[in-house]
Amino acid sequence: MHIFKDTHFDFLRWRWHAIILSWVLIIAGFVMYLSKGIPLGIEFAGGTAVIVTFEQPTSVQQVRAALDKSFPGGGENVIVQTFGDPALRQVMVRVPHVGGEQGTQLSQTKQQVLDALSKGGVGAFKESGTQIVGPAVGRELRSKALLATVFSLIGILAYLAFRFQFSFGVGAVVATIHDLLITMAFLVFFRYDMSLNVIAAILTMTGFSTNDTIVIFDRIRENLRGMRRDSLYQVINVSINQTLGRTVIVSGTALMTALALFFFGGEVLHGFAFTMVVGIITGTYSSVFIAAAVVSFWRGNAPTRAAAHAPAVSAPAPQQPQRKQKPQRKARAS
Amino acid sequence: MSNLRWKVVTILAVFVVFFGLGVYPILAARYHIPAPGWLMDKQIKLGLDLKGGVHLVLRVQTDDALRLVTEQEMERLREELKTKNITVTNLDAPDPTHFIVTGVPPAQDSAFRTAANEVQANFDRGSGVNGTYTFTMRPNIAVNLREEAVVQARQTIERRVNELGVAEPSIAQQGADQILVQLPGVENVERAKGIIGSPGLLELKIVEGAPSPSKEALMVNGQVPQGMDIVPGAGSAGAGDTTTIYYMVKKVAAVTGQDLRNARASVDENNRPAVSFTLSNEGGRKFGKVSGENIGRQLAIILDGRVQSAPTLESKINSEGRITGSFTPEEVQNLSLILRSGALPAKLDYLEEQTIGPTLGADSIRSGVLASSVGLGLVIAFMLFYYKLSGVNAVVALIFNLVILLGMMAYVGAVMTLPGIAGFVLTMGIGVDSNVLIFERIKEEIEASRGVRASINAGFNRVFWTLFDTHIAALISVAFLFQFGTGPIRGFAVTLAFGLASNLFTSIFVSKTLFELALGKRQQVAALSI
Repeated sequence: MHIFKDTHFDFLRWRWHAIILSWVLIIAGFVMYLSKGIPLGIEFAGGTAVIVTFEQPTSVQQVRAALDKSFPGGGENVIVQTFGDPALRQVMVRVPHVGGEQGTQLSQTKQQVLDALSKGGVGAFKESGTQIVGPAVGRELRSKALLATVFSLIGILAYLAFRFQFSFGVGAVVATIHDLLITMAFLVFFRYDMSLNVIAAILTMTGFSTNDTIVIFDRIRENLRGMRRDSLYQVINVSINQTLGRTVIVSGTALMTALALFFFGGEVLHGFAFTMVVGIITGTYSSVFIAAAVVSFWRGNAPTRAAAHAPAVSAPAPQQPQRKQKPQRKARAS
Repeated sequence: MSNLRWKVVTILAVFVVFFGLGVYPILAARYHIPAPGWLMDKQIKLGLDLKGGVHLVLRVQTDDALRLVTEQEMERLREELKTKNITVTNLDAPDPTHFIVTGVPPAQDSAFRTAANEVQANFDRGSGVNGTYTFTMRPNIAVNLREEAVVQARQTIERRVNELGVAEPSIAQQGADQILVQLPGVENVERAKGIIGSPGLLELKIVEGAPSPSKEALMVNGQVPQGMDIVPGAGSAGAGDTTTIYYMVKKVAAVTGQDLRNARASVDENNRPAVSFTLSNEGGRKFGKVSGENIGRQLAIILDGRVQSAPTLESKINSEGRITGSFTPEEVQNLSLILRSGALPAKLDYLEEQTIGPTLGADSIRSGVLASSVGLGLVIAFMLFYYKLSGVNAVVALIFNLVILLGMMAYVGAVMTLPGIAGFVLTMGIGVDSNVLIFERIKEEIEASRGVRASINAGFNRVFWTLFDTHIAALISVAFLFQFGTGPIRGFAVTLAFGLASNLFTSIFVSKTLFELALGKRQQVAALSI
């Protein structure tokens, strides 16, 4: 069985369209970020989140009304949302930081929330979880996450420059940065909290995206040996077509697991799974349309014979056109 | 063929080992099958987010420890100056690492310097312009003191948590001055926090003069006399008395909590809850001397900067004492626990607090397992549908991968968190990539009209370096994720790294061996179900 048999799509022809589409998404995300900001999860923003389980079904509006009435300072800045399956009757109340609260006072807000709910007449409830994060923690986490991303990108650039060529490293890193920006844009569009789990998903997704890119690059490297008279443009197109079946299948299986996590993984994993779903799609897209395009821009469109000094090329091949044509035809026929 | 036999033996051995480590203990625990204790100890542990419990991050205010040392040195110098009859205007410690002596008379300058040499070991002395000397704590001493304070705080917290009787607590230093405390199964956060964060500083000091309801009345010329302290305490009318009275006490304590050997809950002569303590041998000697010299005077029992009671010394006391006050029985329990485990070297700040109720954890497990099963089920169904019999090969490789990963995690004592479960499933979902890559390559080779056997060999050989590169690049990202992440993220990174390693083994070695087994000895194979 074949999903794609013997395709000859001219992927590189679409590179400008792809690049424009990506820029539109990234800029739209950036504009939205500037106007509405990116919602920060509690680990980054700090504050208090209390999860309560009600004995009777209680709506978010009821909880909010109770807080408006009895929470000191009113319920204006308080976020109230159902937590997980509505059948579990869990509601999360999140209060941002009010300022320099510290030390033992940290849990004061939690008590205020619980008191407000008891006074507000929303029925009996049980406290099932709390998370309180001081202001200092978020700052540290943000810089750590950024450092982890930057260093892993540098690491991948260096490795690919060593194993392939510098242009391939650039292609992979540009594609990965592209994926990061697109994923961030989608997180901003869909208002997902930037949490520790989302950061983990973003970093995993970078790994996945490079993985995809490397598979295609590897085929390009192999074909550069066999198709010495063809232009880089052609080699890239042939290589992407040859690996297309694999690219689609792997993205499909990865997407299946990510979607399963999204639909069945519960509230805690929602942001994580969403990031993975977006990341897998954009990772596949960028491997096909962006990564190789960057390589071709970087190296120009010269015939591969002139440009290719791939480390795997053992010896300069003799100029015998007929011999050289053969492996190429075979590669295309597959 | 013996080559093939060895491969099969190796694979089976690996399977048995990892199955025993990772899967068997889970089955044994679930279905009450007997298993050796050492194996059960190696089980994969559930993280706090799945098991429920309390997670606290505290910061040790290491400045406190430095301030204490600076003040001690200053007091030592003060005593030294007194014995040598050198009079200075003032000694003051404006911040944790400095103290300043002002008004050293020019005539006594050299005598002062000699006396000050006493504190030279830990402090640098500034030049004495106009009789003012600044003493600065040496930077290396300060660094050491800070490190010690964090270690001591951690040990004290460990002792307190052990006294609390929490099963499998985890207390670890994090960064330069933070301590992470995880208490599985604990639900009463407030009690845990109170006990962990209480300074627990016990001091017994001789009271100078009579206590007074006003602080000012005790001062001389509007200042606290040198070498003295004014400490607040509850009024003496017993329980319900909310007035505060002040005691003037000697700054240097006769005995501190460090001299304690034991503390336990008891009752006083009126049958009210109290804490009885026993001093160590050395503490007893010190206390005996001080109490013998001060019979008829009051002794202030000060806990965390507040006088609990100030009984009059009737006779020389050697080693036994009792702290009375208006305590509830529970307070007495907590207090004796805190005193037994010793004082904290510095104040603690709570940076982060998380409580996960048992139902929340159970929900997480349920949804994690459900999502994993659905995800894996879909992947397996697809592979069987798309690759037919070769799909069976991939599924066997995937199950191997699962078992090896579980075994590895059990072996290193990894903690399974909810993001960890997600990483686990994704590892599997992305892991079939290797099989797909190989299978697609085999298809290509077959279509290029090579024989089945040659195609399989070519498929595996050609794809090997691709897999090598993708796995190394992924490991690079994972390494940085581990390096910079904390807690659950680290667990997640460990899962991914193990997944990559076991994936390489199963997709190449196991899968290829399975193909060879299936093809058997036949030299000519007409078709491959792929």
